[in-house]
Amino acid sequence: MTELLKVVGLSKRFGGVKANEDISFDARKGEILGIIGPNGAGKSTLFDLLTGYQEPDSGTVVLNGHTITGMRPDRISRMGVGRTFQKLKPFPDLTLIENVMVGALARTSNIREARDQALEAIAFVDLLAKRHSFARELSTGQRKRLELARALATGPRLLLLDEVTGGVDQKTIPGLIDLVQALRGRGITILTIEHNMQVVMEVSDRILALQFGKRIAFGLPDAVRSDPHVVDAYLGSADAA
Amino acid sequence: MCVKLLPQPDICMSSDVIIQAIVSGLLMGLIYALVAVGLSLIFGLMEIVNFAHGEFLMLSMFFSFWLWVLVGLDPLLSIPLVAAALAICGFATHYGIVRHILKAPMLAQICATFGLAIAIRSLAQFLWTPDFRTIQDPLVAGRIEIGGIFIGQPQLVAGLVCLTAFIGLWLFVSRTETGLALQATAQDREAAAVMGIPTDRMFALGWAIGLACVAVAGSMLSAFYFVFPDVGINFALLAFVAVALGGFGSIMGSLAAGISIGLVESLGGVLISPSYKSLIVFGLYFAVVLIRPTGLFGRY
Amino acid sequence: MADARQTALSEALSEPVWPASPPLFRIAGVALAVALLAYPLVFTGTFSHHLMIMIFLHAIMAQSWNVIAGMSGQISLGHSLFFGLGAYASAVLYVKLGVTPWVGLVAGMSISALVAAAIGIPTLRLRGHYFAIATLLIGISAQIIFQRWEWVGAASGIWMPIERNNPWLAFQFHGTKLPYYYLSLLFCTLSFAVVWFLQRTRLGMRLLAVRDEPEAAASLGIDVAWHKVVAFMISGAMMSAAGTFFAQYVLVIDPDRVFNLELSVLALLMVVLGGTGTLWGPALGAAILIPLSEFTRTWFGGTGGTVDLIIYGILILLICIYQPRGLLSLVTERLRRRVDTL
Repeated sequence: MTELLKVVGLSKRFGGVKANEDISFDARKGEILGIIGPNGAGKSTLFDLLTGYQEPDSGTVVLNGHTITGMRPDRISRMGVGRTFQKLKPFPDLTLIENVMVGALARTSNIREARDQALEAIAFVDLLAKRHSFARELSTGQRKRLELARALATGPRLLLLDEVTGGVDQKTIPGLIDLVQALRGRGITILTIEHNMQVVMEVSDRILALQFGKRIAFGLPDAVRSDPHVVDAYLGSADAA
Repeated sequence: MCVKLLPQPDICMSSDVIIQAIVSGLLMGLIYALVAVGLSLIFGLMEIVNFAHGEFLMLSMFFSFWLWVLVGLDPLLSIPLVAAALAICGFATHYGIVRHILKAPMLAQICATFGLAIAIRSLAQFLWTPDFRTIQDPLVAGRIEIGGIFIGQPQLVAGLVCLTAFIGLWLFVSRTETGLALQATAQDREAAAVMGIPTDRMFALGWAIGLACVAVAGSMLSAFYFVFPDVGINFALLAFVAVALGGFGSIMGSLAAGISIGLVESLGGVLISPSYKSLIVFGLYFAVVLIRPTGLFGRY
Repeated sequence: MADARQTALSEALSEPVWPASPPLFRIAGVALAVALLAYPLVFTGTFSHHLMIMIFLHAIMAQSWNVIAGMSGQISLGHSLFFGLGAYASAVLYVKLGVTPWVGLVAGMSISALVAAAIGIPTLRLRGHYFAIATLLIGISAQIIFQRWEWVGAASGIWMPIERNNPWLAFQFHGTKLPYYYLSLLFCTLSFAVVWFLQRTRLGMRLLAVRDEPEAAASLGIDVAWHKVVAFMISGAMMSAAGTFFAQYVLVIDPDRVFNLELSVLALLMVVLGGTGTLWGPALGAAILIPLSEFTRTWFGGTGGTVDLIIYGILILLICIYQPRGLLSLVTERLRRRVDTL
């Protein structure tokens, strides 16, 4: 498999806090890469660095051979990187379909085409029944699906999912896992931050484990699960499910 | 010493005029600073820009004016009364309006205080007509001469009172427990709430103190300035510039910025043109905002 | 399961992109159009024409403000700048060079758009209140500059020479307000069309996204700062057109009138009152505020000129606290609820 994303030595500090320190990893085309770590490990910061919401102090991010380090979020998005937000950010005063259309408009300027692509993305996340509801009226789980559909509609090669299963009803988790796996079926490479260990072990091809902003393990799920650093990090932690 | 004027470089200007401008700019700057610090305090606490700030200044000038007309109380003596009245206005504004819009979108926040400004200003015009009024024969009047420099006594007293108020405010914020709680709330309201600081009361207190500062400035101003319903607009604009210059939320920044603005305004009036002096000050805002959006002195 | 989803999808795909408005609305729309076209023929008094012209003019101003605030989420407190630029552009071109105000209209709109870009590019990337204060300062600075600018008449402004021979070319009509009525109605309709089309285009939908959640918008490939600038340029050009119309309507302009802070205030009030970001909110705001101010002025006489502003100010306060989506939402929310329960 060929390499889509290559990250080398990424570091970011806020004041005295090293949010990310010398993080390196790669993601191959069509891969699902799980990112785990206790609270405050620097997972969301890593996403912000990859998508241009924060500028790294040092290190490089290479997407498909192009260096994207320090580029603006909208330009990175246009390079084929979609993302969702841990703190959900739907467009509250737009309807679900309009939300997703804004995503689809990244690919086409034709409103009709955008609408059709949006509908397909909404059907993909199985939320068609709510398409005319305003985003502010949707439940948390539905908003997560909205964000997924919106990012998907931009036609990304790489999709960054920030806690898709966090804070949602237990019953909806299997559906969300199916979704993530179906996304890979479309040839999209996925980086997913997950708190739920069962989920992450099940869906990921490889796993990147962070703690205190540093990479403590990177490899196949079984290897990461039994890695002494990871065991240490999760020992006694409430996150160890 | 000889200073060349920009528009007429062949005319020589005595240094007295410059020193005169510096002195009066400095004294006016202290008033601007006190108006600005109220704005800055409120913004620092809850990230709300009080677009009615100038109107509260106007109200305090009218309070002061009417206390003089109806009761014969001099502006210098009525400061505590006016300050108390404006502090009550501050509490009322917080509990009646601001606490309901703290989580509202920015549009509602800006429009709410802007709407309040329009209502207060129009009410003042309706009640008191747009006429210009002055306080005749206040306690402190006339001017003194020091080495060829004339200083208006009301201005001098106003400057000193404002400086005192500033020192008082600074001592309160940095030395008292309530003041420290206020600072903590400004820095991180969630953390402050966790530590048991009643943030809502802190916000109300911020409004009360902020408007009390305006009241002191307004009382002093009423002794030598025209009192009329639109008087607040220009002072509020200068306060916006001062706050941008000093950094939203910084007390000492406001002091430095207020004085700078007073100096730029009066020196600009002498050296460039009196009719464009406010433009010169507005230009400062853009210079600061474009070069250093967080202000020259402080946070945000 | 998958089949059911496929059916639902093809059903959704067959829907029109924009849901058609309910028949009741369409009938009401036609009735309104007929009423507005027939109005000046039924009510022939000068004041009744003037009142409607003022409503249309202010609706254009409100719609302009709606584009910047309602569609991109940025608050301009200095929109009088563009009104004044529009008024002066056409007046100066006509008086100094004899150019028809129709060219002046386009010139004013272009100048306003350029000025908007010049202001917006540096300030719109900052946090919202910096932009609001910047526009406030610029609006007032413009008034100060024009008050002292001798070439354009300084404080006494510009008087446009009366031209009776070529009313359409000179954009001035004497003896009857009918042409002004229909022209203002046309301009107002066009300003509505701008917003209506914007809401249905890529640009407009992206603007709404920027307004609602700029960070998420950026993650969808939208250049947030640039979109705000474009909205400000469109908004400035619209306000400028209102200014040109006003100049041709009163034929005497001066800085105190056309660069007045109150114009910016009015635009804001009408939009917030009616409903920010909606198509009809600005018109509703104008239709409430303008008659209110005309009538309070008659009832209370000279100094009562501010009674309307007291009421507006308090109204805006109440709206911001209790109904931040504006008066229009009282109606639309209820309608939606009724449709949903059917």
